[in-house]
Amino acid sequence: MHTITTALLAIGPPGIPVLHPQSHYAHSIFELSSWVLWVCLGIFLLVAGLVSYAGWKFRARPGDADPRQVFGSRKWEAAYVIGPTLLLAVIFGFTLHVMHTSDPPAQASGDDIVVVGHQWWWEVRYPKLGFVTANEIHIPAGKNVQFGFESMDVIHDFWVPELGRKIDMIPGRHAKIWLAADHPGTYLGACAEFCGKEHAWMRIRVIADTPATFAAWSSAESRAVTPPATTSEQRGLHYVTSMPCASCHTIVGTSARGIIGPNLTHLASRETLAAGRLQNTPQQLSAWLHNPDAFKPGSHMPNLHLTDDQRNDIVQYLETLK
Amino acid sequence: MSTSEIPIVPSEIDKLQRFQEHAGMLKWLASVDHKQIAVMYMLTSLFFFLVGGIEALLMRWQLARPENRFMGPETYNQLFTLHGTTMIFLVAVPALLAFGNYFIPLQIGARDIAFPRLNAMSYWLFVFGGVLLYGSILAGNAPDMGWFSYAPLSEKPYSSLGGVDYWALGLLVIGIGTVATAINFLVTIATLRAPGMSFKRLPLFTWMSAVNSFLIIIAFPALNSALFMLLIDRNLHGRFFTPDGGGSPILWQHIFWNFGHPEVYIMILPAFGIISEVIPVFSRQPIFGYEFVAGSTVAIGLLSFAVWAHHMFATGMGHDVDVFFAAGSALIAVPTGIKIFNWIATMWGGKIRFTTAMQFASAFLIEFTIGGLSGVIFAVVPMDWQLTDTYVIVAHIHYVLFGGTLFGLFAGTYYWFPKITGRLLNERLGKWHFWLTVVGFNATFFVQHLLGFRGMTRRVWTYPDLPGWGLLNMISTVGAFILGGSMLILLWNIYRSRTHGERAGDNPWQAWTLEWATTSPPPPYNFAEVPPVHSRRPLWDLHHPDDADWMREDQP
Repeated sequence: MHTITTALLAIGPPGIPVLHPQSHYAHSIFELSSWVLWVCLGIFLLVAGLVSYAGWKFRARPGDADPRQVFGSRKWEAAYVIGPTLLLAVIFGFTLHVMHTSDPPAQASGDDIVVVGHQWWWEVRYPKLGFVTANEIHIPAGKNVQFGFESMDVIHDFWVPELGRKIDMIPGRHAKIWLAADHPGTYLGACAEFCGKEHAWMRIRVIADTPATFAAWSSAESRAVTPPATTSEQRGLHYVTSMPCASCHTIVGTSARGIIGPNLTHLASRETLAAGRLQNTPQQLSAWLHNPDAFKPGSHMPNLHLTDDQRNDIVQYLETLK
Repeated sequence: MSTSEIPIVPSEIDKLQRFQEHAGMLKWLASVDHKQIAVMYMLTSLFFFLVGGIEALLMRWQLARPENRFMGPETYNQLFTLHGTTMIFLVAVPALLAFGNYFIPLQIGARDIAFPRLNAMSYWLFVFGGVLLYGSILAGNAPDMGWFSYAPLSEKPYSSLGGVDYWALGLLVIGIGTVATAINFLVTIATLRAPGMSFKRLPLFTWMSAVNSFLIIIAFPALNSALFMLLIDRNLHGRFFTPDGGGSPILWQHIFWNFGHPEVYIMILPAFGIISEVIPVFSRQPIFGYEFVAGSTVAIGLLSFAVWAHHMFATGMGHDVDVFFAAGSALIAVPTGIKIFNWIATMWGGKIRFTTAMQFASAFLIEFTIGGLSGVIFAVVPMDWQLTDTYVIVAHIHYVLFGGTLFGLFAGTYYWFPKITGRLLNERLGKWHFWLTVVGFNATFFVQHLLGFRGMTRRVWTYPDLPGWGLLNMISTVGAFILGGSMLILLWNIYRSRTHGERAGDNPWQAWTLEWATTSPPPPYNFAEVPPVHSRRPLWDLHHPDDADWMREDQP
């Protein structure tokens, strides 16, 4: 039955499949959803069927006189008070159970990952591993991961449906939930609470790695970046640290320590740019620097009106940040 | 009393300026007649309906293709904020109040509403509120934070321009007028009923409007308080809703939805009332289980104040709070279900005449059931955790407010137009309007459920080219334009039939409530003579003296 649910809701390839659970948290929500949707379909067919049948069977024909006047029936009314109440009680009981299995209590301390919402990107901290990244979240597959959530400005909402519930990120609060991915892979999500101009381009990628890949990735993230080798790269570093870039972005090991925009320390290791807006290729990176508004109008990334040479040097340098 | 003072209670000596005592435009602008004010309400909300509809079509055009550049996020965000605010505060509520204004006094056999001048004030406050809201455009910045205006996005640091202030002031002004109307309705129903018209015999539209008026009086002050607090935050350096300085963004959500969820029922109860009038008349049977239909309205009214935080399950309030509001939200489905089944039972065994009014009422049963069932989904907390703020919500609210409220209003329009104008709306155009609306509406909004299940979040000005999204959005856009076309047919029908429609006579549908006992349109004084009221269906009794309702022991 659950397979049919998935099939029915996902005829053709789905974008970000909500009913395609990839963790035990998401799976318990999926089971509940599947049952509730079938019950809803049943009630819908009952109501639509009754309305259609009554409309056809009891339609007036020319010359018909008024029918016998019926004012009600306590028996029937009792039936459709008690019937739906019992049905809702069952659904409610199931709801209570799944609330617990899909959203078990978090530990007071010890978030594995803290995601901080910004207009319009995600800061991703790994407090236990000691580094900070942005927009792409790596987790080890097959492990329950405790996430903490904060916001630096307005309310955002973190939602990766295949992995579990969504949760609001509210300024002044610290929320916690458990998420997991059973298998390695890339899971898409998005900010689900309207947060201003570029809410649409505040997308999430969670990358679940095998234990070995995750260990390799996290040790790479913890490593200092290698200093630029070529003169072009060196000029690029110079521009990044001397121009306004450094007032917003951090690159660990350089004088760039801004905290307004995404941490760029290992930018070149990421798959996308600008919270999922562009693929992370040298061409796209260059285009982004040339005119951010062409891709993400309203974002806080300014157009610095770089010369082509400056832009080329900066891209050369940023590409070294593996 | 000297004539220079304005009397608080008009005496017979200081006669109010009434119907048709002025000439030209002033006849309307200076009117305190409930029927004229109602017509002005209808036309004004129709105007705003067109504005809100055009906003919707512009949005759908933008969303037709992935990464479309027809407009940017500034415009799109302003459009969805204006669309939501307009359709709720300037269309749904005033259109329902318009029908209340016109038909509550007629249904209870009164000459006018209790406070005619207060009634005119309410109308003009509504107009000025709308002008203030749209005045923001002239001031250079329409509000762009969404119709529920979540803090701190709505606060000065994130919305520095004046759009939010115009929005808040506009809604404040409208809110005051709406509360005044609710008081007016309640006093009218309490004091101006014709002899014999006991509360147990009130027509169901009037019944539900009465319950609705209680909801308005309790809910709107919460909104107005929130709006004042927001204005204080924005303009007087308040800290109600900002975390720095001790405020809380969640506080805004609690106060807003404490208004906002009853508001949903404020937008549906009078539509339930219209359906409860239309289905019996065209099924040629009395409403099945009057007491349950009326009583379930009271239950909905009470429960509507215990469900607001189901808008906030994703905020992480904690499971205990979630469970309370989940229970309330599930429970409210029961009285709603009672109504649906009673309406079907009213059709059962009847002789159903499928006029356009009845078609819209029958379609209402089906479309509203879809909206109601998707509402149950959001009372199932873990499903809400997945699906809130996605296109499933967009689909849900439109099935409730379009498939529910607007289908009800359309049914009411075809049903009562002959009473208001003396002429029938054209039934052939009506059928076109109905079928195009059904096709366009479901094409637009049904696929939005699927988009939500495929992970599309709401309030996005554009979206990436993920598999399936482009096609479903294109279907939705095509549906929206079909829907837009069907509205043009309605407009033409209203415009044309007003002067060229078939003459209706007093009671074209052989209906049973008092508004059909007077001429169409009714005279300024409504009734030359109010028929005797001995049961819920005075006109049935009049035409069936041998089988009158009052002869039955089970009828009050």
